[in-house]
Amino acid sequence: MKKLLMISALFTFSTLISCGNSGGGIDAEDASETSTEAVDAVEITQASTHVDLQNKGIGPIKNLELSSSIDQAMADAGKAIYDRNCLACHKPTERFIGPPPQGILERRSPEWVMNMILNPEGMVKEDPLARALLIEFNGSPMANQNLTEEEARQVLEYFRTL
Amino acid sequence: MKTLKILLTIFGAVAMLSCNSNGNKSSKGGGGLASNAAERVYVKPGDHDEFYAFMSGGFAGNLDVYGLPSGRIFRHIPVFSQDPEKGWGYTEETKPMLMTSYGFVPWDDSHHPDISQTNGELDGRWIFINGNNTPRIARIDLTTFTTAEIIEIPNSAGNHSSSFITENTEYVVAGTRFSVPVPQRDMPISDYKSNFKGTLSFISVDPDTGRMDLKFQIMMPGFDYDLSHPGRDKSHGWFFFTTYNTEEAHTLLEVNASQNDKDFIAAINWKKIEEYVNNGGGTKMSTRYAHNIYDEHSHTGTSTMKDEVLMVDPLEVPGAIYFLPTPKSPHGCDVDPTGEYIVGNGKLSADLTVHSFTKMLDAIENEKFDGEAYGIPILNFEDVLAGIVKQPGLGPLHTEFDDKGYAYTSFFISSEIVKWKVGTWEVIDRQPTFYSTGHGMIPGGNSRKPFGKYYVAMNKITKDRYIPTGPELPQSGQLLDISGDKMELLLDFPLLGEPHYAAGIPASILAPKSLQIFKLTDNKHEYATLSEADSKVVRNGDEVHIYMSMIRSHFAPDNIEGIKVGDKVYFHITNLEQDFDTPHGFAIIGANNSEMLIMPGQTQTLYWEPKQVGVWPFYCTDFCSALHQEMQGYVRVSPAGSDVPLKWGTDKKD
Repeated sequence: MKKLLMISALFTFSTLISCGNSGGGIDAEDASETSTEAVDAVEITQASTHVDLQNKGIGPIKNLELSSSIDQAMADAGKAIYDRNCLACHKPTERFIGPPPQGILERRSPEWVMNMILNPEGMVKEDPLARALLIEFNGSPMANQNLTEEEARQVLEYFRTL
Repeated sequence: MKTLKILLTIFGAVAMLSCNSNGNKSSKGGGGLASNAAERVYVKPGDHDEFYAFMSGGFAGNLDVYGLPSGRIFRHIPVFSQDPEKGWGYTEETKPMLMTSYGFVPWDDSHHPDISQTNGELDGRWIFINGNNTPRIARIDLTTFTTAEIIEIPNSAGNHSSSFITENTEYVVAGTRFSVPVPQRDMPISDYKSNFKGTLSFISVDPDTGRMDLKFQIMMPGFDYDLSHPGRDKSHGWFFFTTYNTEEAHTLLEVNASQNDKDFIAAINWKKIEEYVNNGGGTKMSTRYAHNIYDEHSHTGTSTMKDEVLMVDPLEVPGAIYFLPTPKSPHGCDVDPTGEYIVGNGKLSADLTVHSFTKMLDAIENEKFDGEAYGIPILNFEDVLAGIVKQPGLGPLHTEFDDKGYAYTSFFISSEIVKWKVGTWEVIDRQPTFYSTGHGMIPGGNSRKPFGKYYVAMNKITKDRYIPTGPELPQSGQLLDISGDKMELLLDFPLLGEPHYAAGIPASILAPKSLQIFKLTDNKHEYATLSEADSKVVRNGDEVHIYMSMIRSHFAPDNIEGIKVGDKVYFHITNLEQDFDTPHGFAIIGANNSEMLIMPGQTQTLYWEPKQVGVWPFYCTDFCSALHQEMQGYVRVSPAGSDVPLKWGTDKKD
């Protein structure tokens, strides 16, 4: 599974576009979304229920294939990380400070979820869905808990069990 | 004095002209004000300073962090004094750090910071500083910029010739300014002579952890040990202390301690004494002193009382200690980067006296003695003298060195810095200060490798230099560019407290080591709440422990009921953030201590005694997000003896 993730990253087709130097500290290496499904063209009425499985978000994760079965050990590791770093704002199955992760993969691509965890500041700046979520949730920012990619992947696996 | 006046006038005139001669570093009078000074101290928004400057807070009892060349202040590191801003000395975790054999002492007078070294060069792991009044030495961790350890120095009083380190940070050294009865006892003050003693303390530093241990003390005659510096390179293994009051006066020292033409620099061969001690030498003496350690994983300080110290009688270690006669009440005791020259800054002398380490060894070998004091050989003045800087100014206090063979001495009475050449002793340049300069600092000045770009003068008096603020004015730092032949004044900036000394280091050494967060996974605090799901309230008799978590922007729990008047309530709060620069604060109405700031991943505890029935709010004090104002909660306090059940939660719907 980990191998797959790494291989996928190598086959990224996104073009690197250097952002205008606004001095705002956005990592210039972040690839811009080049998908034909321009998210901002879609009318978002309620971001939390809005379904968009094409948008991969902005951040280090370009492509992620999930296997059909759930890796339980990985999910268990993810739950421990989630309880420590995420639970204060995200209850697994109900709205709290932020939306619940239950069923998230029915609404979002795995890449989008990972990028939201790993690059919340960049997502809120550049991803229309993330921005709409911030507004829907009272301007409460998604905290960057500085998870590693491996940890974020474990958390994602935990989400699949909910 | 007349010269000074003229210089001041010229300075005033030139200061009104705006100049901008790019790259032209030659100054044309004007008190040496560089023509493009503004440009050279300007650090544009978002850029970083080139050096850190750690300025002692003096009577404020702490250490402040400034940037050079901008003179901007970045951080106030509480050390010996309580700091309600952070909760230092108020939280349950930090209170033990201020314990002493006299009980809880929430203040001190901090003087001389010194940065750790490896092979005589700054390594930037720790910075040490002394507490003068209730003798203590602190070690500050330079990854967290917080005080990690404080050790009390027994048998000492006025811990002033401290805290200077040897060139591999083997020891941090402390000396007593005031001699006292050792051990302390009830006796007539007039029996001072030969009965009072001065101790010099060698505190070993663990090379891996930095942990301090009072290895031995040397029982010296009852002089005042004023300042000290280590030998380095060729003189590594020796330590030098200035003394005054070799008259052993106990009253009106202003006059009575200024009688002798010469006092001494005490040269201590600490390697020899270390060997003696390692071979079982010295006498165990019972005493009491506190040793306080802050653990960065449990985020908790502990205080241990020690009851013994190893005392060394100089007469038992012949050949380890000598006196170098030095005119006249020398203050600063400064060793040049090569380790050859030892400068005695005789406060009341018209000249600067420089001793030679090589000549000192020769005089010892050939027994060129000029008597003894309490059995300690006095070396013959002429035989150790390297040279004299003749009539450089009035009231020399301290000398710093650059990397080009020049020395810079501060003169308090004539308010100036004098640059002179080591070896030829000729005066090269002088620069007025505004006013009454004390210490000076060149980054790396106490090492084999100074970074001779800037000199910061620390001035005691500012009078007309700033817009007035009532009777109390700030002291000031004055930044000089010393990279050229002539010193150039670039900037003066106000300083907090009274900076007695400072230590500087290139930002390139320190900045990359700076910690950004404490990892939650490393948090070993006894009362940590590592997941919001674990937040709870536990009653144990009248003690109530609240395990609380915080994150942008709520507390859990934020509604607490079942607290009663007379309870002893402990708020143990863990900041669950794991991002850089996301502290939260906590304050509750009626707390008799302070607020506290909690860094990401950290747990801290505030004690609260509810005194009145009611519903009392608490809130986050550190603006944390757009919803910071919403980061608040309530504690319901019921009458003593009532049976309101304990209940807690955040957003509980029942």
